[in-house]
Amino acid sequence: MAQANLLEQIYFALCALLAVAGAIGTVAFPNPIRGALSLLFSIVAIAGLYLQLHAPFLAAIQLIVYAGAVVVLFLFVIMLIGPDAVPPKDSRALVARVGGGVAATAISLLVLMVLARKTFPRIAPAQAEFGSVESIGALLFTDYLVPFEVASFLLMVAIVGAVAVARGKQPDPQLAKGKTQELVPADEAGLKDRGER
Amino acid sequence: MIPIPAFLVLAAVLFGIGAVGFLVRRNVLVALMSIELMLNAINLTFVAFNRAYPHQHTGQITSFFVIAIAAAEAAVGLAIVLSFFRLRKTVRSDSADLLKN
Repeated sequence: MAQANLLEQIYFALCALLAVAGAIGTVAFPNPIRGALSLLFSIVAIAGLYLQLHAPFLAAIQLIVYAGAVVVLFLFVIMLIGPDAVPPKDSRALVARVGGGVAATAISLLVLMVLARKTFPRIAPAQAEFGSVESIGALLFTDYLVPFEVASFLLMVAIVGAVAVARGKQPDPQLAKGKTQELVPADEAGLKDRGER
Repeated sequence: MIPIPAFLVLAAVLFGIGAVGFLVRRNVLVALMSIELMLNAINLTFVAFNRAYPHQHTGQITSFFVIAIAAAEAAVGLAIVLSFFRLRKTVRSDSADLLKN
């Protein structure tokens, strides 16, 4: 029993260390590619913690959606932007520094308050089906059917919106037919207009 | 069994790192990644509390929806970053001042 407990503690410590190191790397690396890979480490570690919390379904979703989709999307965008993804100067406003300091202090105080308590309540062992794919899936298709459908609709809207925003304005074909204007990317044309005004 | 407060403290630390990164870094991409970090920390809190009260699945279901919304947010956010980069040729959030004057 004590041995299993030790194993659990080692597993938790490893995952927690990896998660915090990944988080610090995400925030601290100047190069966003390294930041995205650190984020990947953090996400995988959190998936490991989900396993320890009896949430295997969420661990799988976390790996598929975050590690498989979101981080890859970040990497794609960073590579599309190219070397400009590292701005020459990371200037920091005073407000941001003060805000960051206040946030860090508040969180550390909170953590200290929790750690100051000597005893923690014991939790009962969960049943085997707790957090399994079957039980979560049954809930999603009965009690949470409407939110589930709304989420799918939201994802569809997000896809359409992302394509519409990332594509930018194309020159209007009917306008182009009338007078032969050179093909200026719409964004640059917008900047020019603004400069003239 | 690891006590639940250990997970909560870890989630708070992750959230704090994400919040500081969001406030201090000027790179839009890093700011978006910090938001993902904060959402992950909140998910961890939900799942940990659900483990403490295991007769329902509310926390895990909420986490599931948060993950879905975070994916949508990342897609739209990165599209906006691309659009912004085309406009300004930089990803510094200081440069997003088109509404000024």
